Amino acid sequence: MGEPAQPAPRSNGDRSPWNWLLIVPIVVPLIPVLYNVIEPKLFGFPLFYWLQLAFIALGVATTTLVYQMTKRRSAPAAPSAAKGGES
Amino acid sequence: MWTNIHVTELVVFAVLFLAVSGLGFVAARWRRPATMEHLDEWGLGGRNFGSWITWFLIGGDLYTAYTFVAVPALIFGAGAMGFFAVPYTVIIYPMVFLVLVRLWSVSHKHGLVTPADFVRARFGSPTLALLVAITGIVATMPYIALQLVGIEAVLKTIGLTGDSTIARHLPIIIAFAILAAYTYQSGLRAPALIAFVKDALIYIVILAAIFILPSKLGGWDSIFGAAQAKFDATKANPNDGLLLNANNQLQYITLAFGSALALFLYPHSITGVLASKNRGVLKRNMSALPAYSLLLGLLALLGYAAIAAKVTPLPGTKTPDTNTVVPLLFQGQFPAWFAGVAFAAIGIGALVPAAIMSIAAANLFTRNIYREYLNKQATPAQEARVSKITSLVVKAGALLCIILLDPQFSIDLQLIGGVVILQTLPSVAIGLFTRWFHKGALIAGWVAGMGFGMWMLYNVSSATRPHFASSAFPLEKLGFDTKMTIYAGLVAVVTNVVVAALGTLILRAAKVADGPDRTAEPDYLVDENEPRGSLTPTEAAVA
Repeated sequence: MGEPAQPAPRSNGDRSPWNWLLIVPIVVPLIPVLYNVIEPKLFGFPLFYWLQLAFIALGVATTTLVYQMTKRRSAPAAPSAAKGGES
Repeated sequence: MWTNIHVTELVVFAVLFLAVSGLGFVAARWRRPATMEHLDEWGLGGRNFGSWITWFLIGGDLYTAYTFVAVPALIFGAGAMGFFAVPYTVIIYPMVFLVLVRLWSVSHKHGLVTPADFVRARFGSPTLALLVAITGIVATMPYIALQLVGIEAVLKTIGLTGDSTIARHLPIIIAFAILAAYTYQSGLRAPALIAFVKDALIYIVILAAIFILPSKLGGWDSIFGAAQAKFDATKANPNDGLLLNANNQLQYITLAFGSALALFLYPHSITGVLASKNRGVLKRNMSALPAYSLLLGLLALLGYAAIAAKVTPLPGTKTPDTNTVVPLLFQGQFPAWFAGVAFAAIGIGALVPAAIMSIAAANLFTRNIYREYLNKQATPAQEARVSKITSLVVKAGALLCIILLDPQFSIDLQLIGGVVILQTLPSVAIGLFTRWFHKGALIAGWVAGMGFGMWMLYNVSSATRPHFASSAFPLEKLGFDTKMTIYAGLVAVVTNVVVAALGTLILRAAKVADGPDRTAEPDYLVDENEPRGSLTPTEAAVA
């Protein structure tokens, strides 16, 4: 997406290198080659279905981790660490 | 007037529905404010909801009854493609994790109630704010109407249907009148309180279905087997099946991504977000809300269970009404009382989002049209009163949509609604991070994205429908030599951003005056204990 970058404000704010982790659960579910197959099945579910349901756990784990690690604002962050998720 | 009514189902449905409605009226006393005559109270429930209430409220808000009916229906009809709802609702939370807290902070700081309020403060352009407000209202109206489609699917299955308009629509008119009354009285507190009951019912029903149905239908293996057999038999439609094919994978991921971009731009989602108490509540909910995604994913698979159970959808106006497959599945596989509980869950599940959506649309009208153009000196009490009345008008409008127009029209509008609301992305979502765009360029981008989006949707045809058949735009219409399709909304919003960026460069070069920015970077970082109010910007606490 053509999102023009803006010079980083002086405040540390929400910035943290941990935020980059958020990209993982955004990108992984958008790669169909990872899951567009039937075998191996799990409890009778084709992989297409059980793996995508498992991505929910990936998302929860990531957001929980990032929240816990960035809870205290004082954590030092690289000044150019940009936002993790684009929206 | 009505024949073949399933009495037990109807009684259970009606009792639960009425009990919940009572709760809606009582809600005005819940966490009682000093006065209801303020939008922060009526429209945002006091801006003070903690983690649990927010979880139920936003969960009930985003995962609507229509979703719970339509996603399995899509799986029932098309297979794997319908499962896009799962990646969509997985990626959304990490995507908005850093965005919503900024929106919350700036809204807390400046007392903003709607997304258009934010645009007004950020870009200093009443015109752009008006566009965002109108976009929000237009996208929300059919969404409310769709909730009625969800209730109607249930009522139809119970047997409350007939040939005359009155027979078909009387129950829904009554249901909506009750909803309108308690929303008018209790504001956002009503859906927040009802959401507890609704979600408890939904969780019970779905977990029971997931564990009991497979054993009745020979296990998941044979359920998927039956689905495979059905899709193999329909050679006419090459895009159905248990897996995606080469041509619809791009559509699958762009639809998931585009829908995720759109979801938190909807005014009703933002209402739920702004009603929360602090930033921590929102961040914790980004980890808790996916519980609903799991529910939705499992529910989606009931579409296959319906295939295995040989469900035949009830007739619709022209084609079979596939929205009835899940209600019919419950009716066929479970005792009548349990089917009644399931139907109540769907019916009540429609009321929560319908209430929040009407409140959100009403707030947009009040803040960005009434106060901006009709009564600049409006007091908080006047604002609350205008919002309450507008919420009634909005619901009446949605009701008329359903009664007077083919329900298919609402579904089409909803499809358009996603593309429409996405056009507010540059000013609202990107605007939260950067003030780089020029207000005039954002308006130009909106026009370009909207125009191109509508053109694409208009040109999507199917075997049965010449226009607006779906959001899957064939790339060959743009001259590409491929059978692949792509989500029209995503293409439209990319167009929007590109035009806005180019326009900004041009307007800056031409030195055209831009609007003032009433917000400052520290405003986007404040939390609950920071002072409110934008009158004294020097107060802005640096986080």
